[in-house]
Formats: sequence, structure tokens, C-alpha cells
Amino acid sequence: MKSKIVLFIIGFLVWSLLTWPLDLQHLIVGLIVSAFVAFITGDLFSQRPHHFGHITRYLWFCYYVPVFLWECLKANIDVAIRVLNPRLPINPGIVKVKTTLRSDTGLTFLANSITLTPGTFCVDIDAEKGVLYVHWIDVKTQDIDKATELIVSKFEKILKKIFE
Amino acid sequence: MKNLKWLIGFGILAASLLFIMLYPIPSLLNWQSGFLAHCFFVLMLCFAMCFFRVMAGPTPADRAVAIDTLGILIVGFCAILSIPTGRDWYLDIAIAWALQSFIGALALAKYLEGRGFDE
Amino acid sequence: MSNIQQLIGYIFIILGLGFDIFGCIGLLRLPDVYNRLQATTKCVTLGTCSILFGTFIMKGLGTTGVKAILVAVFLLLTSPVAAHALARGAHKSGVKLWPKSVVDKYEQDGN
Repeated sequence: MKSKIVLFIIGFLVWSLLTWPLDLQHLIVGLIVSAFVAFITGDLFSQRPHHFGHITRYLWFCYYVPVFLWECLKANIDVAIRVLNPRLPINPGIVKVKTTLRSDTGLTFLANSITLTPGTFCVDIDAEKGVLYVHWIDVKTQDIDKATELIVSKFEKILKKIFE
Repeated sequence: MKNLKWLIGFGILAASLLFIMLYPIPSLLNWQSGFLAHCFFVLMLCFAMCFFRVMAGPTPADRAVAIDTLGILIVGFCAILSIPTGRDWYLDIAIAWALQSFIGALALAKYLEGRGFDE
Repeated sequence: MSNIQQLIGYIFIILGLGFDIFGCIGLLRLPDVYNRLQATTKCVTLGTCSILFGTFIMKGLGTTGVKAILVAVFLLLTSPVAAHALARGAHKSGVKLWPKSVVDKYEQDGN
């Protein structure tokens, strides 16, 4: 039931942003449509809906966004330098890293963050063993612990506070 | 040898960018400033690179990657078109295109994996 | 006010176009599928998001601006997922890494 209410609120928010200058007709249609969608597919949305009520998670998310965007900008400059260099300084390979996150949403966000940070790119996730296979454009170490320290740990601390 | 290839490629790129920036664009639409029309043609250059990869890619996966990139570039194209014309439905097209491109990429990936679509 | 808005919007659009071009050069120059995905999924995503943000700044909080922000958030969320699926599909379909690559732990683990 709680999951349905959360989905209803999110759907209504996205609808009102899509039809932005707020107006009564659009709001009524949005209410009906998002209530219908929430009634049908609400139970699939979240397994732990009580997490949406914690204020601290939102605050950590606000901290996560600028960190993520900054890493993303660094990644872009890194790729641009590598691509424009005449010698093409790449040293690629697929390495293995460990993670302690368990929830599906947390793993998805971790994989997305890894994909958009400098030089790394997630290929596959083994959720049961907690292992991610990461394609690294400039392999510095093949050791699993050192690679974890270099790639994952920066985001894992924040994402653990948000999604676990 | 490698340096020579790099120099030739860089020369072609710089020449085409210079041509785009200096060439007087005819008024296709009522552009507010000629600058946005130049942006439009720079994106066309990106399209040409993607099409080259679609034609020349040695494996099917290369082509799939190039098509996915093309889908994201078209979203930017719609955004640039919406500025001078002032029509907001260009961004509706962008939303629909982003969704369709995402689903298409997922379907291509499933196909590459060699599994059925009903999973 | 309006002129400053326009100027900042143009700066974001030029930045985005530059990143788009770098991503496409990467698509041409880099040697195998995984490296090409590295270049395109980063550069083209942030480049297009930057163009959309420039649109938002030039148009303000109207219909166009809010829709541009929605598209940008949607792209940032979905583009890495699509890239991840494509990389997995390429590896499963038997595309080898570049011959000068260092290590392939994914193949060693029998996937």
C-alpha cells in the first residue's frame, strides 16, 4: 500500500512537470492517470517503501549529486585528453571489484556512477557474490582490493547512507 | 606514420569546422542569430562520424554502439531547434526519441546476447 | 539581464558541442567496442545534457525549460544502463578485447 502511494506521488510530480504551466484540466487528468497506474503497478515499484520517509537519505542524496557531477566533468576532460593525444595512451582491461551494497537500487546507482566516472565502465554485476566487472581504460592494478579502493570506495560510502 | 595519420585527421576536422564557421548559412528557418545555425551544422558533422562507424564497424556490436550514440545526438538536435523557433513540441519529440532509443539499445543488446525477447 | 542569460546559455551550448565532437572522434579513433563505449557514453551524454541545460538557461522556467531539464535527468539515468547492456551483449556475443589489453577477468571467471 505504501509503495502505491509513493508511486502515485512520483507519477503526479512528473506529470505536472511535463505539462508545466499548471492548469486545472491537466491536473485532474494527471490525478486520474497516476492513480490508475499506481493502483495497477504499485507493488512492483519498491520493496522497502518506508525508506522514502527518512529525511537524512534526501540530504545525503543532495550531497551525492554535486560529487557525481564533478566526477562526470573530470571524466569528460580525461576522455578528451586521451582521444586528442596522437599516441593514444590507453592500457585497457577488465578488472574485478568488490562491493558491500546489496539492494538492487543501490547496485544500479553504483554501476551508473562507475560508468560516468573517469576511465571506468561497468560491464557486468554478480549481485550474489557482490562482485562488479569493470572495464578500465588505464589499468593501474590488477589486485582486487586495490582496485576496489581506487574505483568503488568513493561512492560506496555515500550510496550506503542513501539506499541501504 | 602514426603522427602523420593524426595530422591528416586533425587537418580534415579543423578544415571542416572552419568551413562551417565561415560559410554563410542560408536562412532555412527564422534563426534569431546565425550562431545557432552553425551549431546545427556542427552536430551534422558528429552525425557523419557516427554514420561512418555504422558503415565501417567490423562487428555488429560497433554498429549498435554507433546507433545508440546517434539516438542521443538527435536529442541535442531537437533541443537546439527548439531555441530559435520557440516551439516546445520539439522537446516532446526529444523525450519520445530518448525513450525509444533507450528501448532500442536494450533490444539490440538482448539480440547480441543471443537470447529471446520474451525474457 | 536577458543578454547575460543568453551569453551563459551559449557558453553551455558550445561546451556541449565540444564534448559531442570529442566523443565522436573517440568513436572513430579508439580500437575496440569497449573503449568506444567508454568515450561515447561519457562524452555524448554529458555533452547533450549540457546543451539541454543551456536551453533551460536561455528559456527560463517556462514549458520548454522544464521539459529540457526532464530530458537531461532522463538521459543521465538511462544512458549508462543502455551502455552497460550493450557491453554485456558484446562480450556474450564473443567480441574479443583489443589484443594489447592487459587483463580480462570476466572471461577468466567463465562468463
